[in-house]
Formats: sequence, structure tokens, C-alpha cells
Amino acid sequence: MSLHFPVLVVLIPLFGALLTFFAGLFRRTWAWHITTYATLLSFVVSLDLLMSVRATGRISYWLGGWAPPWGIEYVVDYFSGYILVVISFISFMIAVFAGPYVKKQIGPERELNFFVLYLLLITGLLGMVITGDIFNVYVFLEIASLSGYALVAVGKKRGAVVASYNYLILGTVGAVFVLLGIGHLYMVTGTLNMADLRERLPDLYHSRVVLTAFVFFVIGFGLKFALFPLHTWLLSAHSLAPSAVSAILAAAVLKVNLYALMRVMFTVFTPAFVYEAVPITEIFFVITPIAILVSSVMALAQTNIKRMLAYSSIGQIGFIVLGIALANETALTGSLLHMLNHALMKGGLFLLAGVIIYQTDRYHITDWKGLGKTMPLTMLVFTIYGLSMVGVPLTAGFVSKWYLAIGALEAGRWYFIPVILVSSLLTAVYFWRIIEWGYFHEPDDPEDAKDRCHVPWAMMIPIMVMAFLLLFFGVAAFIPEGPARQAAAMLLGMQ
Amino acid sequence: MAEHVIIKTVSRLMIPFIQLFSLYVIAHGELGPGGGFQGGVILGASFILYAMVFGLEEGRKRISRKASDFFNPTGLFIYAVIGIFCILGGGRYLEYDRLPLIGNEILASQLGIYGIEIGVGITVSAVMTTLFFEMARRDDD
Repeated sequence: MSLHFPVLVVLIPLFGALLTFFAGLFRRTWAWHITTYATLLSFVVSLDLLMSVRATGRISYWLGGWAPPWGIEYVVDYFSGYILVVISFISFMIAVFAGPYVKKQIGPERELNFFVLYLLLITGLLGMVITGDIFNVYVFLEIASLSGYALVAVGKKRGAVVASYNYLILGTVGAVFVLLGIGHLYMVTGTLNMADLRERLPDLYHSRVVLTAFVFFVIGFGLKFALFPLHTWLLSAHSLAPSAVSAILAAAVLKVNLYALMRVMFTVFTPAFVYEAVPITEIFFVITPIAILVSSVMALAQTNIKRMLAYSSIGQIGFIVLGIALANETALTGSLLHMLNHALMKGGLFLLAGVIIYQTDRYHITDWKGLGKTMPLTMLVFTIYGLSMVGVPLTAGFVSKWYLAIGALEAGRWYFIPVILVSSLLTAVYFWRIIEWGYFHEPDDPEDAKDRCHVPWAMMIPIMVMAFLLLFFGVAAFIPEGPARQAAAMLLGMQ
Repeated sequence: MAEHVIIKTVSRLMIPFIQLFSLYVIAHGELGPGGGFQGGVILGASFILYAMVFGLEEGRKRISRKASDFFNPTGLFIYAVIGIFCILGGGRYLEYDRLPLIGNEILASQLGIYGIEIGVGITVSAVMTTLFFEMARRDDD
């Protein structure tokens, strides 16, 4: 059976979506259970895949039994195995959270829509990660994007429909760029398999068609993962979507699109091409510090919690891209660790914002007076997430920033270290505001606060598990560091 | 369109043939031009023609909301399950010639593709119909 795990990891959420729909026609409450079990199962399968990849090396699965350059191939290597585990874990956590949250915040009439779309989104994301065929990436990208657009609009908030439309237009522009890039590569090579493209492309690196294709990929995926000047859709989409949706968008969708760009950069093209033939790293060196600093300052100016978190995502994406541009194993390890940490942190923070909005219906942190008294556990966990976002030692946020800083030194670009430090300070300031409002102000009305203490455990447990992991990976940093370093070494072609 | 006798009569006459043609296109997917998608579109178009000529309510009587909602994922389900059967028969996902209980590899391969075309046809026609009814609806819920 384990032979078929690469395809099962995508099929489980797909079957989950279909079963959810059929079961939902009879009994709506089953939707959440099926979603939870499907995401749990695909997490277990991806964990097993990562283990067997680390034990035996690259796994290739031929769909329909057709050999790779002709047929579609699913590939699990160190990189895709690692990202698969991250994405499926986060999607499991958010699925657990979503049950009670969706019932209250989205409403029973749209509950079924939410869970079916959610599982289709996960299908698309896991498919994008595991496939070794570049056109298949586009197909899964569209599955993930279309369900993502619909998920943004599934909530009750009025602005969400406009935000979803905005996201749809820009997301489609991004997807078209990707498709054009694939078309250009297919035009000159006649193949769509990534490994085959890697072999055929070096002879054509002088060709303008190939250069154009590369630029299209960077812009297309850049739009999708909100690379700094292309980030405008993210703010409204992530802040107006229901919190569970914001969490999966920030934690998984951005990561997978970033993963797809890294796949194209390092697997379809070669590190030598990316770092030497095209000036893409120079561009990244200019825009990522701006992204990191500007987004931190803008986050400081927000009082709406979800808008603040959305701005902060842009800066965190900047960190990951900076690590890619620094072009050494340490920095790339830092990037990969930051992909995991940001998924945990931002996913968890959006869920926490969801918990607080669920209980109090207050979106602005200036209204969060005395939450430390009325919702002590929530604020305590929020503090842990805040510390990790700042990058305090003994939290996971510190580890990835440390690797990025060391990577910057190794690359001889010490001037990125002040950028990382200043952004950490700004992060400390904007999370401190929440802690100040929560702990050092008296609640407006201590009486009405008492009945607010009943957050369903199904919502709190995933958040606490992720908070625990942030602390655990801050101390036992070698656990995620092993696969991440292996993946970084593989991408840079040292292994 | 209450008074358009010609349109009504012609469509009533044509719709069975359109549907028959759509089945032909689906059934000939693996050998001739056409296939599940094209056949499904033609089948969906026949429902849409009916709803356009006789009105939305009359159309919903023929293919109810529940029915089209049910058929939307059914086709996809058929597709995915055939893939799983291939795994059970010892092949890779969607490796049709390993379909169990058929014995003959060539026949299995043909039946596998055939089943998948039917699945695609069901989903595409249901989705076309759903899209039409959703867009034609007056209220905005």
C-alpha cells in the first residue's frame, strides 16, 4: 500500500471533499468529522512519505503506469516531503478548529460549502507540492485558487465579496503568467516533466523565450504569494475572510505558491542559472528589505487585528525570499525553517484572532481591554505566539531568523542583519500593544466577561498544540532543522 | 416565451436528438473526436435549451436542484473510484489495463477509459446546468 502513498496523499482530501458533499446531503454535522479525518489521514501519509524519503531517497510515482517524460509523475524528495508535512499538518489543525467556528461565524447553511471547498483547497495545495509535472502544477494551482476565492467570500462580512473578487482578478492574472511561462518552456523544449526540462533547458539558456518564461514564473507565483510590490490583494482578502480561511490562506496557500516558485527556480532551472545568469537576486535584495521594513511599519499603524497580521505576512514572506536570494545553504535552511515557523505562527495567530472575535466580536485591538482577565488562556497563548513572531530565543521564530542572519553573514551581506533586527523590534512593538491592551487595562465591564470563558476546546486545542510546537522547535531545533537542511542542500545541488 | 409555438415545438422535437448525439459523443471519446467533456457540454446544453424555451421553473421540474447538486460530484466520484479500482487490481492509479475482474487487458483498458468519459460527461453536464440556473436566478441569495 505504501507504494501508492504519493497519489493517496492527494486522493484522500479529494475523496474527503466528495464524501463530505454526499454525507452533507443527509447529515450536515458529518462534514466536519470527515474533513478532520481526511486531513489527519493525509498528514499521517505525508509524515510516512517524509520518513521513507529520508531513509531511501527520491520516490517517483507514475500515474497510470506511464513512464515520466510522457506520463505525469509524482515526486517526493527532501523538499516536497518536508513541505507536504507542513501543509498537511496545518490543514489538519485548522480543520479541527473549523468545526465550532464555522457553525457560529459562517452559519449552518454554508457549513457544507465551507468544508467541501476547504478539502478541495487542500487537494490542490498538496497536488501542487507533490507533482513533478509542470502543467500539473498549473492544474492544481487552479483547483487551489478557485476554492480559495470562494472560501474568502463564504463568510458573512460584506466586504469579503469585493475582497474575493479582487483576489480572483489578481490571482487569475498570476495564474495566466504561470501558464504563459509553462507554454514558453513547452514551446522550446516540447516537454512538461520537470526533471526532463532540467536536462533540456541548459542548452537554451541564452534564448529569450526561456528568459521570458522565467520572468513570467517569478511574476505569476510572486502575485500568488504576495511578493512585496504585488501584495495589495492580500490585505483585503486575508483581513476580510473568515478567520479559519485567513489562517489557511496565510499558512498554507502562500507557502505552497512560494514552494512552486522555488521548484521552478531550483528544479526546472538550475541554481547556476538563477544566481548567475539572471539578476533576480539583485532584485530580491532590493525589494525584500523594503517589504520587511515597510510591512512592519504598516502593521504598526493598524488597529484591526487581522489587517495587522496580513501586513505582517508580507514581511515574513520577505524573510523567506531573502533567504532564497542569499544563495547559501544556511540561509536557504533558514528560509525553509521560516516557511514552517510562519505557517505555525501566522496560522495560529489568525486562529487566535478567530477565537477572540468568536467570543467578543471585537476586531480592533483597542477594544481588547482586559482580555488578560476575561480570557486568560487565550491571551497567554497569544503572548507565546507574539514572542515567537518577534524571534525571542527559545522560540521557533528565533531559530529561523538566526539561520537567516548567519546566512547573510556567510554571503558577505552583513547589512541585512540590521534589517532583521529592526523588523524584530517593530514586531515587538506591534505585539506589545496587544499585550498592553490585554493585560494592563481593566475590562470595560467585568460582569459580561464571565460568560465569555467558554471557548470550545476543539478551537483551543489546535492553537495550543501549535504554540507548544513553537516552543518545542525553539528548543529542539534539530528536529525540523534536519529535513530542512537536507532539502536546502538538495536544492543547491550539493547532494 | 408563452406564444412562441415554433420555438417550443422545434425544441421539443430536437432535444431528444441533441441528447442522443451527446451520448454518441461521450461513447466515442476514446476513438473519434469528442469525449466526456464535449458530450457533457452538449448534454448540458440540451437542459439549458429546455429551460430557456419553457422557463426556469419548468426546467427545474425536469432537472431539480437536488438532482443537479447530486450529479455535480457524482461524475468526479466515478472517475476517482475507477482510479482506486486500478490500485486494487495491482496497478498504479488510473492504470486501466489492471482493472480487476475483467481479465482481458485491452478490454479493461477500453472499459476504464469508457467509464472515465462517462464520469466526466455526468459532471460537466451537471455543472453546465447548475451554472445556467445559478446565473439565471433572480434573487441574490
